[in-house]
Amino acid sequence: MIYRYDGSFGGFLCAIFSSFERKEFPVRLVTQTQFAASFFEESRLVETESEKAQRVFDGLEKSIGRTEAHSFFQAFLSEDSRAIQYAFNLLHAIFQGNKNILENYGDEQVLYFSQTLKKVSRERHRMKAFIRFQKSSDDLFFAVIAPDFNVLPLVISFFHKRYADQAWLIYDEKRNYGMMYNKVSVEEVQLAELDKNTLMHSSQDVQLGTTEEKCQQLWKAYFKSTNIVARKNIRLHLQHVPKRYWRYLTEKQ
Amino acid sequence: MDRIEEKLSILADAAKYDVSCSSSGGKRKNNGGIGDASSSGICHSYTEDGRCVSLLKILLTNHCIYDCAFCVSRRSNDIKRAAFTVEEVVDLTMNFYRRNYIEGLFLSSGIFKNADYTMERLLRIVKKLRTEHRFNGYIHLKTIPGASEELLQEAGMYADRMSINLEIPTEKGLKLVAPEKNHDSVRKPLAFIQNQITHLKTESKLIRHKPLFVPAGQSTQMVIGATPESDWEILSTSNDFYKNYHLKRVYYSGYIPIQNDNNLLPQIGTQPPLIRENRLYQADWLMRFYGFDVDEIVDAANPQLDMVIDPKLSWALRNPALFPMDINKADFASIIRVPGIGRQSARKIVQARKFGKLHAYQIQQMGIAYNRAKYFIVCADSQIVLGTIPMETVRQQIIQQSIASKKYFNSPQLSLFS
Repeated sequence: MIYRYDGSFGGFLCAIFSSFERKEFPVRLVTQTQFAASFFEESRLVETESEKAQRVFDGLEKSIGRTEAHSFFQAFLSEDSRAIQYAFNLLHAIFQGNKNILENYGDEQVLYFSQTLKKVSRERHRMKAFIRFQKSSDDLFFAVIAPDFNVLPLVISFFHKRYADQAWLIYDEKRNYGMMYNKVSVEEVQLAELDKNTLMHSSQDVQLGTTEEKCQQLWKAYFKSTNIVARKNIRLHLQHVPKRYWRYLTEKQ
Repeated sequence: MDRIEEKLSILADAAKYDVSCSSSGGKRKNNGGIGDASSSGICHSYTEDGRCVSLLKILLTNHCIYDCAFCVSRRSNDIKRAAFTVEEVVDLTMNFYRRNYIEGLFLSSGIFKNADYTMERLLRIVKKLRTEHRFNGYIHLKTIPGASEELLQEAGMYADRMSINLEIPTEKGLKLVAPEKNHDSVRKPLAFIQNQITHLKTESKLIRHKPLFVPAGQSTQMVIGATPESDWEILSTSNDFYKNYHLKRVYYSGYIPIQNDNNLLPQIGTQPPLIRENRLYQADWLMRFYGFDVDEIVDAANPQLDMVIDPKLSWALRNPALFPMDINKADFASIIRVPGIGRQSARKIVQARKFGKLHAYQIQQMGIAYNRAKYFIVCADSQIVLGTIPMETVRQQIIQQSIASKKYFNSPQLSLFS
């Protein structure tokens, strides 16, 4: 049986709900956009209903605890269809009473799930590290990112706590959405194409204060001076800061 | 380049030989100001030498009354001197922190006038950050040896970590290159701060809101290869400081030659001992996280670490009677002693084997260095081998494999060509 869903985490949880409700398992999970009809396999459209999704997630939390339950959300953000399929299967097993299954690292699916979690978690950590804010003349601190996985939802509370007294915007240009904080609450925003270009090539268009340019210059000077030339090790440098992140790093411009 | 940029270049350059850039152990929470600690620390960037950039690491000034031969800021050295004002350091820190460049500030200084005068200036900066700017980011502050206890006590209220560098691993070595200094002047303030931390811990059981006092603990640094100490002497000193002063970290900084006027020191052009430094860190990790005693790693008979293979492998090769180890039966503390298996994988093994005996193909997938570990373990499907493992053969095979795969490239011969 194939389940078609809308690609959201809520839809994913509703798929689990359906699978139990209709006693259908195994299920192959595909998003509506990926779906290609087949003559040989039956398929069913799963409606996303937030109430059902919430019930499933609450049940999961109750069964295996908050952290472990949250790990399903994290793995889901990998956008990796294999990891999502395995997550679905593992979730199914947990609801059948196999509560400790996530510790069974000898199992291929558990191991892949745990490796995916590690990758997502590494990317989340990188975003905490590599996001560079620029301050516009109207005092908004903004940053553009393009993470390997959809980790923006995982770093919001971190930035919220840390930069509570300044307005900021973090925009994922790959997935075309951002999170904006106005010193009161955080809201999801989507920018029109034009505004996006403006953000990305900022120094001319979004007006940066003179202190912003000065600040970037000082940071670059610091980055250069704190390096020890006699210990040069580019290989290690690249391992820690892969080239795909450079265009977002002030010190690498 | 304007004056502030020039100062920053000079004073960051002078501070860079202090290798610590850790921002872990912070506990400060944001309440209405700016900043919130990440307890595991964050490296915001990495320099081209591959070192982490977590903090704005600068000296307040590189003027110094001392003349330590190994130090670039020594008074007899003919270099550009500079000094920041309190305002300048505060502004730089805030501007960098607000842009997410850094986790906080690492502030050190050359000694100008005297210890108290210098410490008092450092204190003024951290106090301003914490009270006026409500800054809750990370602050690593150098303790100036000889500063009064009142100043240290107050500094500890604002700093997350404090440190004083031993510089040279033994007193004898230190006297060779810095006759004006001694280890006692390091031990005394380290002990004072540690006592305050302990004191507060016992006292705070009685009070509800305990004030933070150096929550991320203390650390020190030793320069490696400037003076002729053995790895045994170096690691014994580390062990002493971990045990007696409860340090969070001891840093090892391979000496980078900076002058040719002192015959005792390696001359300019000598390669810094990077492999040795790496081996010392590996040994340090074995002591802190793997339950090894210092004399299991080095001793009078083997005073130097093996440069070709890592210290855990080296230990295992010296102890054939303990292997092979059955990973389906051995406890966690024993499994982490197997070469090629780290704490994470050991934890996975211990959890996974509850679901059934583990086979070699499963172990291989768990992220261990199987090519090294395989000589030392027995899995459910391993063939039974009688007798002891011929360790000299194992050593040769592991070295051959690592040369072939070039992954395990730390042998000194290879690094010449990389």
